[in-house]
Amino acid sequence: MTAPTTPSTSGQRRFRRKSERIDDLAAGRSLSAEALRRLRRDPVALTGAAIIGVFVLVSLAAPLLAPHGATETFPELQENLRPGQIPGPQPGFPLGSDQLGRDFLSRMLLAARQTLLVGVMATLIGLSIGMVIGVLAGAFGGWVDTVLMRVTDVMLAIPSLLLAISVAALAANPSQTTVIIAVAVVSVPIFARLLRGSMLAQREADHVVAATALGVKRPAVVLRHMLPNAIGPVIVQATLTLATAILDAAALSFLGLGDADPGRAEWGLMLAQAQSYLEVRPALAFFPAIAIIVVALGFTLLGESLREAIDPKGRR
Amino acid sequence: MSAPLLSVRDLRVTFRRRGEPDTVAVDGVSFDVDAGQVVGLVGESGCGKSVTSMAITRLLPTRGVRVEGSVLMDGEDLLRLPESQMRARRGKDLSMVFQDPLTSLNPVVPIGVQVTEVLRRHRGMDKAAARTEAAELLERVGIPDPTRRLDSYPHQLSGGMRQRALIAIALACRPRLLIADEPTTALDVTIQAQILELLAELVRETGAALVMITHDLGVVAGLCEKVNVLYGGRIVERAGRHELFSAPRHPYTDGLLRSVPRLDAEPGSALEAIRGSVVDNLPWDSACAFAPRCPRADELCREATPPVEVSDDGAGRLARCHHPVPAVPTMTGGAA
Amino acid sequence: MLRFIVRRLLQVIPTLLLLSVLVFAWLRSLPGGPATALLGERATPERVEELNRILGLDQPIWTQYLRFLGRVLTGDFGTSSITGEPVLTEIGRAMPATIELSVAALAIAVALGIPLGYLAASYRGRPLDVSVVVVTLVGVSVPVFFLGYVLRDFFAVDLGLLPPSGRTSVGIDATSVTGFAVLDGLLTREFDASWDALTHLVLPAVTLATIPLAVITRITRASVLDVVGSDFVRTANSKGLAPGTIRGRHVLRNALLPVSTTIGLQTGLLLGGAVLTERVFVWGGIGTLLADSITLRDYPRLQALLLLGALVYVLVNLLVDLSYAVIDPRVRLS
Repeated sequence: MTAPTTPSTSGQRRFRRKSERIDDLAAGRSLSAEALRRLRRDPVALTGAAIIGVFVLVSLAAPLLAPHGATETFPELQENLRPGQIPGPQPGFPLGSDQLGRDFLSRMLLAARQTLLVGVMATLIGLSIGMVIGVLAGAFGGWVDTVLMRVTDVMLAIPSLLLAISVAALAANPSQTTVIIAVAVVSVPIFARLLRGSMLAQREADHVVAATALGVKRPAVVLRHMLPNAIGPVIVQATLTLATAILDAAALSFLGLGDADPGRAEWGLMLAQAQSYLEVRPALAFFPAIAIIVVALGFTLLGESLREAIDPKGRR
Repeated sequence: MSAPLLSVRDLRVTFRRRGEPDTVAVDGVSFDVDAGQVVGLVGESGCGKSVTSMAITRLLPTRGVRVEGSVLMDGEDLLRLPESQMRARRGKDLSMVFQDPLTSLNPVVPIGVQVTEVLRRHRGMDKAAARTEAAELLERVGIPDPTRRLDSYPHQLSGGMRQRALIAIALACRPRLLIADEPTTALDVTIQAQILELLAELVRETGAALVMITHDLGVVAGLCEKVNVLYGGRIVERAGRHELFSAPRHPYTDGLLRSVPRLDAEPGSALEAIRGSVVDNLPWDSACAFAPRCPRADELCREATPPVEVSDDGAGRLARCHHPVPAVPTMTGGAA
Repeated sequence: MLRFIVRRLLQVIPTLLLLSVLVFAWLRSLPGGPATALLGERATPERVEELNRILGLDQPIWTQYLRFLGRVLTGDFGTSSITGEPVLTEIGRAMPATIELSVAALAIAVALGIPLGYLAASYRGRPLDVSVVVVTLVGVSVPVFFLGYVLRDFFAVDLGLLPPSGRTSVGIDATSVTGFAVLDGLLTREFDASWDALTHLVLPAVTLATIPLAVITRITRASVLDVVGSDFVRTANSKGLAPGTIRGRHVLRNALLPVSTTIGLQTGLLLGGAVLTERVFVWGGIGTLLADSITLRDYPRLQALLLLGALVYVLVNLLVDLSYAVIDPRVRLS
């Protein structure tokens, strides 16, 4: 039987495995007003938030901003070029065109939306499944907990990219959905561990004991009294997961497990496709890569400063 | 009278954090310690007593902390010594014993090494000599089977044993001044008395002076010749032990004494407590910091810095109060 | 100590068993069923039928799993559906290349990460620290394969300083002893071959090292800050010890304990990163094998690589735990 993992307190630094590190985060405090106040003055958090803000705005406004469609081709651009050349910047096409004669700027803008979609969907799916597993394990304990946690342990034991690859490989025809699912699966055990840890830490907490003693039913205690308190660490992990999800999706595309639809504009996919044209037009790889780096950095910056804000140990 | 061993003058410690107003933790503290003397520094948590000791030994972080005033030892101002010279003195001329013996010892280094490293550094001993000496030191502080214990790790020792080991380390180079910061607080009550007894015995034997930092008046009563009571970063009362216990002048000292349970009190009589907490403090610049919690306070106490009343009785008796407790004690009869 | 080792070893067994169940389930859910997956999509229905019988797919699922487990335990991972060679032989051939690359990358990450993290912690809050933290955060945000291309194009293509791909130059005829190209050259005293292999190793190793380097730097920094603020370092200072003694015996010895676990966790990242890096630099190791298996849908290989990848990761972390017990007396002696 798995003994409830006591969240380790400061001062005692023993070795920790990956799973135990997640438990640590689960013991962090919730996002209090105090933490939020501190965040508002934290330049790191503000930078991250600003990057994410611009990214989300661009994604939402992409159809308005983009001068052309994602699949619209302009054969006239290639008229004066030798075969294999890719048109560079010119009037009406500030970034030139891509390998298929489509407006590169429009595709970059429209891809923001698809990239956000992949990141958010993967994180949400991972979070939802992980939450169900974690809450079940943490709230019920006993053999349910043991079995579920063993499964998450095994998932954590598979190197994450390998796990994503094997899930993506299950699909006969890779599509955006398979990429999202493959990336989501990687984060499931992390969220599950996190929520379980949070549930366990709270099982003995005064407000939970009090609610139970007052005769509040079990599901209500879990949903209304325990889950809200787990929200802080979950937000932290979700923010960080958004960054890794976007990077993992790019890696899958690079390995040929990305969306097979040639019309799809998504940064990871565009970066992966550009590898064949590096000599001809490096910009095709450069722009999506920079976009991915900046956005991933934005989520990481915000996530790390959120973590510091809720983790009493991280505050020095 | 010869010059005191340690002379602290106008010590002021300010913590500065970006985006927040400065906090003055120690606000112009002055006191003397003669060679071989046992002096108490008493107050509740947050009064600045630990910060004072860390400022004297220069163990406070250098960033975000400003230390002013002077700390004279052998006519030299410790606060102005180069760091390398201060290092050469720490552990040799003056050493410290800390509150929590578990966290104060390195968990991954054997006890023996933690003793010998100070012997080798300050007394220039070779490995073998230091080990022999370390075993003797451990034996002296009452650790059974000392030679075997040299190879033990801190987690293998009990709390009392760990504190004994820390004391052995602190006294290894026969310092002339030992500062003990709440050395018994983290220990079981039964062990506390043993450790205090050991400290008293060792300072008597080695002739070291001892500055005892504590919130526990019981410790003061059993050990200290002279007592400084700190409140809000300032010394509010100083007196010899007997004078302090028989006739406290400052209402804060009086309150502390009254909140100690006594065997000779009327059965059933309630224990008095000092109301409020340090967060209620007023700024010393324009008031008496203790005023909001003081039973004797009036308008004057909230509007003006109290004067320092000095009476020359040899111990440098001092009280910082507008309305000191009358010289005839209200309740206590004899000396404690 | 012995109990700790035994307990830790026993903990690995259910993990590995469950892993085999997952891989078995994975194999069964492959598109077209396991037989098609194993034989390739162009297989004739007769062959699929035959393999179904051989694999015992007409048997109850429980029997099927036990057979699968039996094969795996005896090291029978089947033959590649592309080359027809036993998968294990292929893996064995590709292994030294990947080990060489990973060890080099990990060495770079550890050799730079620990001093860098320590330095950042000692200058906490100052420009040096801030830039180290920012660089590490950027480091984990860069897609590994993009970094590989940038390094290759700059150092190999534009500057021509280092070879752009492969493990050895054409014309270098090295004797293979261990399979580790750099080591082989040294063993056989073919120093030019060794040097050649080393120049090939630099760019891929640096590429693969970035993420572990960033992580190790950050963990070291956090850990040193944690230890520097601890009571026993204050005690060490109050003893007037030499700064070097405090740094080595009191700060680093404690600060490196959590770092050692992190290094173990990096092997997972290395395995993933190796797949991407090897593809960029045409390295010809396990990663290349894996990438090819994906492109060619070679499921027997994928299955073996998945199992082996997880096995290596579990074992490395087991080793780290055990070595931890050796370093930390609190674990060793309790």
